[in-house]
Amino acid sequence: MLETIWFVIWGVAWAVYFMLDGFDLGLGTLFPFLAKNEAEKRILVNAMGPFWDGNEVWLITAGGVTFAAFPRAYAIMFSGLYTPLMLLLFALILRGVAFEFRGKEDSQAWRTTWDACLVVGSFLPALLLGVAFANIFAGLPLDAGGLFHGNLFTLLNPYGLLGGVLFVLIFAVHGALWLTTRTEGELQARAGHLATSLWLVEAVVAVAFLTMTWFSTRLWQNVLAKPLLLILPLLAVAGLLSLRVFVAKGAWWKAWFASSVLILGAVLFGVAGLFPNLLPSSLDPTASVTAFNAASSPLTLKIMLGVVLCFLPVVIGYQLWVYLKFRDTLTAESISRGPSY
Amino acid sequence: MDALTLSRLQFAVATYFHFLFVPLTLGLSMLVAIMETQYVRTGDEDYKRMTKFWGKLFLINFAVGIVTGLTLEFQFGTNWSRYSAYVGDIFGSLLAIEATAAFFLESTFIAVWYFGWDKLSRKAHAVTIWLVAIASNISAFWILVANAWMQHPVGYALRHGRAELADFFAVITQRFAILEFIHTLGGAYLTAGFFVLGISAWHMLRKQEVAFFKKSFRIAAAWTLIFALFEIAQGHMNAEILGQAQPTKLAAMEAHWETGRNVPMNLVAWPDAKHERNTVQSLSVPSGLSLMATYSTAGEVKGLKDYPASERPPVLPVFLSFRAMVGLAFLFLAVGLYAWLKRECIEDRQGFLRILPWLIPLPYLANELGWTLAELGRQPWIVYGLMKTTDAVSPIAVSQVGTSLVAFFLVYALLGAVDFYLLFKFARKGPEAAPAAVK
Repeated sequence: MLETIWFVIWGVAWAVYFMLDGFDLGLGTLFPFLAKNEAEKRILVNAMGPFWDGNEVWLITAGGVTFAAFPRAYAIMFSGLYTPLMLLLFALILRGVAFEFRGKEDSQAWRTTWDACLVVGSFLPALLLGVAFANIFAGLPLDAGGLFHGNLFTLLNPYGLLGGVLFVLIFAVHGALWLTTRTEGELQARAGHLATSLWLVEAVVAVAFLTMTWFSTRLWQNVLAKPLLLILPLLAVAGLLSLRVFVAKGAWWKAWFASSVLILGAVLFGVAGLFPNLLPSSLDPTASVTAFNAASSPLTLKIMLGVVLCFLPVVIGYQLWVYLKFRDTLTAESISRGPSY
Repeated sequence: MDALTLSRLQFAVATYFHFLFVPLTLGLSMLVAIMETQYVRTGDEDYKRMTKFWGKLFLINFAVGIVTGLTLEFQFGTNWSRYSAYVGDIFGSLLAIEATAAFFLESTFIAVWYFGWDKLSRKAHAVTIWLVAIASNISAFWILVANAWMQHPVGYALRHGRAELADFFAVITQRFAILEFIHTLGGAYLTAGFFVLGISAWHMLRKQEVAFFKKSFRIAAAWTLIFALFEIAQGHMNAEILGQAQPTKLAAMEAHWETGRNVPMNLVAWPDAKHERNTVQSLSVPSGLSLMATYSTAGEVKGLKDYPASERPPVLPVFLSFRAMVGLAFLFLAVGLYAWLKRECIEDRQGFLRILPWLIPLPYLANELGWTLAELGRQPWIVYGLMKTTDAVSPIAVSQVGTSLVAFFLVYALLGAVDFYLLFKFARKGPEAAPAAVK
């Protein structure tokens, strides 16, 4: 029972991370396509300014949850996916300092350098996380001792790459929509247009991914065995479709929430389809790392549950407060007046 | 080189580099919070300018500290997977608690503080910097509890082929953890003290904003004196617990070979690990080490020869780190005392002001020496007495670690260079001009 609860917390932590950091990773990816001049670049950076750091802690928490609740899964996952994970970390490092550094020197070359870090540092994590999760859905080449038989190129299979592309697209649309809620005028219109055109590609890739998921993984079969869980992929599809409707109406906040529902639904569908596996083995099903054979002791799981129940509601509370406090529209003028990056 | 050596090197690079930024974050957040509180209390615009000036340096430093912390959590999984699987039940949960209980708070409110000057009332704004400061310090607590568990494992039981949690309360309240926490905090506060003293001195020498920097100086002088005294008094308590918890580390620190009673403390020594003796040894305080470690001149102190060579840490670097750290601590006390005594006429003490900026790196050095002592002194164990470092490393290819190690060097060198350049630049620039006086 405790293991199952922790499996759910594990899945939710990743889903919330993708929902929150997803929009700023997406906005970073679209940086060169959305901003035409320095003033617009600053608007983009400041649209993520108050949030990205707090969002990224959800990644640390998702990692921490894996370590605390399923140490064996943490050990196998992160040592097995060594190179992609290192790439992810370096990307996030350069991205994180780019926010602080880009405005600190009055030189075009300086800003261009850090903007490049921001773009690569946003695109690469989206791609790598997509590749990693698609591969986990499909199963990793793990032997009974938990040893990973593969390398970076093992992961770059068609299904894995499609997962990567899907993540990049979902985050990009999510980011463009976030910008529409924070801006006005020409920039808002441009972001709206970009979201509309990317939505079509997103929808096509999503359908292709869900179809390939039927053949490449056991997610659908597992979910169909408990039909109640079908609500998760249905939520994702509903999010995807309603997103388009809201965009057409110019209802930007609603569109962003629809995109959030899409992300939560899609990730939780994947997680539910994995259960009880955390890391299914593609070599031998009995070598799979599950919530039960990787879990911490009951005492640790209980104490950690107490910690989560005490702190997470508070965290969600103050993060919500921050989102409400900083939801004002950004303009070139408002940015030059107040504190900004 | 094998994956073990490379992984150790990589972890050393990552921790030393991360710990260049953490202490200043811990200390300066407190000082900035104190300055902003003064602003709220007195309404004096100078304090607001101080908050903004020191706050800007704080943010530049904070950025690198936070992103390099990210890699440390994940390196336990990537490079030390056998360790993670073996002790994750305890160690992993401590890291997870850090994230949920402290890291969220810190990362969320640092942005609120920076962006919230016009959006919050004065009081609410001051509260946000206190939240950041307190969260950073709580964060340090959980990390140091985790580290202390590697130094002195308690509250566990060996079951199912791993160390499982048996008593959570024992883990988080053990003396080793508490002492390690406050000692590290003391070092961090001294780092911030010297940082503010040095930069203030530089500006006062050039007669720039003398009143502004004198105010900063006075806060930092009192702060530095308090924590220099604290650190020396408290450091001694650490030595005492080492005798019980990590006898090999204590023996290496003191280059002490033969177990015995009435063990003297050698003020001058040079250990020779190969021949298991000291080539130089003089200025001995009779029974000094026994007294320090056991509070009794007749107390028994274990010597390195009691342990097989394979279970001793590398003696010379541990010994030297310890000596250098203690020497620096006394220097800090002298500087702190003088700065505090002369605080009212400090702008006239030209010679002292000229020295102060050069002292800024010294607390950094002391912090890194402290970690060298703590981590190298724990070897060959990754968890003292329980798991050896050689058994902890991931089954990964040498080429993978080699490549990532090179990437660490390059990226960290770049980040370090840029960050220190920016710190210099904005420290020299001084505070924003005072708003036109409306007195």
